[in-house]
Amino acid sequence: MSDRMVSHPYIPNSQTQVQKEMMLDVGIDDIEELFSEIPEDLRYRCSMDLPPPVLSEEGLSRHMEGILSQNRTTKDYLSFLGAGCYQHYVPAICDEVACRSEFLTAYAGEPYEDHGRFQALFEYQSMMAELLDMDVVNVPTYDWCQAAATAVRMAGRITQRPVVLVAGNINPQRLAAIKNYADPVMKVEKVQYDPKTGCVDVPSLVARLTPSVAGVYLENPNYFGLLETMAEDISAATHKNGSLLLVGVDPITLGVLAPPSRYGADIVVGDIQTLGINMSYGGGVAGFIASCDKEEYVAEYPSRLFGIAKTDVEGEWGFGDVLYDRTSFAKREKGKEFVGTAAALWGITAGVYLALMGPLGMRTVGETIMRNSAYAAKKIADIKGIKVNGFEGHFFKEFAINFDRTGLTVAEINRELESRGILGGKDISEEFKELGQTALYCVTEIHTKDDILCLCEALEEIVCGLKGGGTR
Amino acid sequence: MKTERQLLRQGFHQAKWDEPIIFEMSKEGQSAIFVERAEEEVTNEVGNPWEDLPEFMKRQTPPCLPELSQAQVLRHYLRLSQQTLGVDVNIEIGQGTCTMKYSPKINERFASSSKIKDLHPYQPAETVQGVLELMYKTDLFLREISGLDRFSFQPGGGSQASLGMASIIRAYHRLRNQEEHRDEIITTMFSHPSNAAVSAVKGFKVITILPDENGYPDLEALKNVVSERTAGLIVTNPEDTGVFNPRIKEFTRIVHEAGGLCGYDQANANGILGITRAKEADFDMCFFNLHKTFSSPHGCGGPGSGALGVKKDLEKFLPVPVVDFDGEKYTLNYDLPNSIGRIKMFYGGIPAVVRAYAWIMSLGEDGLREVSKVAVLNSNYLLSKIRKIRGIHIPYAPGKHRFEQVRYSWAPLTEETGITTEDVQRRMCDFGLHYWTSHHPWIVAEPFTLEPTESWSKEELDEYVEALKEVSREAYESPQVLRSAPHKSVVHKIRQDWFDDPSKWAITWRSYLKKHTV
Repeated sequence: MSDRMVSHPYIPNSQTQVQKEMMLDVGIDDIEELFSEIPEDLRYRCSMDLPPPVLSEEGLSRHMEGILSQNRTTKDYLSFLGAGCYQHYVPAICDEVACRSEFLTAYAGEPYEDHGRFQALFEYQSMMAELLDMDVVNVPTYDWCQAAATAVRMAGRITQRPVVLVAGNINPQRLAAIKNYADPVMKVEKVQYDPKTGCVDVPSLVARLTPSVAGVYLENPNYFGLLETMAEDISAATHKNGSLLLVGVDPITLGVLAPPSRYGADIVVGDIQTLGINMSYGGGVAGFIASCDKEEYVAEYPSRLFGIAKTDVEGEWGFGDVLYDRTSFAKREKGKEFVGTAAALWGITAGVYLALMGPLGMRTVGETIMRNSAYAAKKIADIKGIKVNGFEGHFFKEFAINFDRTGLTVAEINRELESRGILGGKDISEEFKELGQTALYCVTEIHTKDDILCLCEALEEIVCGLKGGGTR
Repeated sequence: MKTERQLLRQGFHQAKWDEPIIFEMSKEGQSAIFVERAEEEVTNEVGNPWEDLPEFMKRQTPPCLPELSQAQVLRHYLRLSQQTLGVDVNIEIGQGTCTMKYSPKINERFASSSKIKDLHPYQPAETVQGVLELMYKTDLFLREISGLDRFSFQPGGGSQASLGMASIIRAYHRLRNQEEHRDEIITTMFSHPSNAAVSAVKGFKVITILPDENGYPDLEALKNVVSERTAGLIVTNPEDTGVFNPRIKEFTRIVHEAGGLCGYDQANANGILGITRAKEADFDMCFFNLHKTFSSPHGCGGPGSGALGVKKDLEKFLPVPVVDFDGEKYTLNYDLPNSIGRIKMFYGGIPAVVRAYAWIMSLGEDGLREVSKVAVLNSNYLLSKIRKIRGIHIPYAPGKHRFEQVRYSWAPLTEETGITTEDVQRRMCDFGLHYWTSHHPWIVAEPFTLEPTESWSKEELDEYVEALKEVSREAYESPQVLRSAPHKSVVHKIRQDWFDDPSKWAITWRSYLKKHTV
């Protein structure tokens, strides 16, 4: 690089004069000398084919805005997409705290200078513990996938058994992640769901409960949005077999629904994206793992667990890592699975959300969601040719819609909806071929009555107008 | 001009709010936000759907969440934030191996704009061409920087990307019907601990190469352990000591000849951008931490992004989907025949990708090389100053320059004064500075690792050195100051007996109440 009188704004010591002074201290004449350990055949002397830089901040803004303007968002459309990432209202203070410089740019500080980070995450663990009615919650892991996969491995270690039964009606993406993570140490066996109810088929699950089963993993609500109303029976059978019950749950349901610990779950997992975190094209996910406070459970967590403690000064709270020696930071391959940079900021943010909502807010948001989604299901069901919630079970915010009798595919319907400014539900007809042309619709507190009626009107128009005729 | 003496912030005291635990502030009936209720017509039509649920599935008692006013919640969290030192606040060169650099504020605007944060991952491709373009082009940039052929952004951080590499190693041998006997992964002691840990997660036996007397990974030891059992190599280079393994190409050659794959943890890439690449060292895979090298902030420990790259012949194993471009339109491609499936939900840490793209665009090729040159110059400048501090030993690679970081040792200081690196750690925050020891095990006694990145000025580096000098002086003259530190931090020395004793540890407030109050 030629003589630089002015530094790059992000690189203070890129001024030539400063570098000369520093080189004097180092005892070199050229920065090149610092790379002398790299053998010549490893030195990359060619050009990297990168675009010319946009040096001014204004220019960079213009460039980025040009690209970003090609995105049309869920604010531009009326969206009914869910299936693992959800549109809920994000309170202003959640964004405010998540963008706060100190939290945004902190990392691995000590419990002294980062006391606030430790306290915020301890409080997050504590508020989640209240919501889940369990005594131990981890510092967030990457997402629900990782949380569920780790729960499976924890169950394997706790019971010393090699097989886990996984409900066939969980999110297929999650199933794929669990399979990869368990392989080859544990065997993942899928248990079919009951085609009539869409819920876990209890008799066939019970038949699969052998002495080698470490745990049973199910989700409530399941992928079809349905509540597993036989969960108590599943719990009893699982425990009778000496296996653990592992339940995945969407925490925003828990102001209204009983926490899984109440129907026998030993390890509860899920995603906190629904608690005040923006979707960000799926980048807003973060996973939690919760359990009882027994040593044999706590010792099996791979994640960090922040604990409260006293300090040398009376009345002061301090924090630190509980059982640090479990982790791969302390023990490398001898630690429990692995731990790394995951999703702590979303933990802090979810804590803010729970603090804002309080018990009443969590109750209200759950009630609003259940009413809105029930209303939507009812209204859509009035449209001729559309079958809503064919499973006829209880649901929270998502429900399946079958379009077989319209003669149209979900893809065709969604294309039509899109042209009317609506993002239809997730097409699950490839993932669950036995369900025919089915989409998963998600309705939350952000939808108004008019939004729902607008969807109904569009669907009716599409189904009547295009029936049997295919695409336009 | 400041004098040297004044560089040290003797008058510093961190914010100390004596902030209660949030539950202690709760008052029944306080409300921080009103939540939307279903409209009357909706309620009239559907009633109370939850009443039809089976009894056991209804919440019987409300969760014991705190009840506060809105401003109280805000104040509480702002106080906690003030009791946290992030990169934006302190000269964060004490967290070696983690590349704590400046995260440009302008990039936050892009990452948190509605055009990113309000996107749903299942929107049709034609509605998300902007974000797909950013993903695709960042992939192209990383291909240039690494020399490899395709990147996935799905892993949520470096450790999860390591897991991706270990998963691909297993899938590769499975496809060749060699899975059964290829059950060993080799790493080095100064590679990141996760390289070893994820290999064990994927069912491999881990073989760790120790450093030779000069701190280089021992080539002879590698020759002794490779065999027909070798599934692969996963290593960090430069290693976490700041020592570059000059024989890395021999390492990859030996492992390839034995039939293994080679994975490159590039967490320490900040000193080698455009200078040396994965391709020329014959690696089959690599990953970059977008939250380290490529400026996305660390967020108290994530969300980050571990961008996982592979050579052409391993593309088919990548987690799905990857982004394709046909010259007109960007699409998500789920059709990779031997994909390991999924590491994480959706497409990974998208905000980190957005920031990384913007950061690379603001630097270009020359800028990236300048980043690395300055990161390494800063590191060696720091080394030249620290070398003169009493009580510090600098192990390994005698007479050689180091890369973007250096692992130091206070062993002489401990021997002479009894002061340990942990005492130093608690004292450094009294000067408004973060200091980390090092990953375990401490092969280097009483270690600390400094990585100054490109983000700090010469004067800021001098300030950090000044604090270390002061600590050394205190160790010899008034060690009690160190033993009882910190004095000007948020809280005082924390009692460690509550962390490993099951009868005392309290991971949640309710657990604290159960165990420690009558």
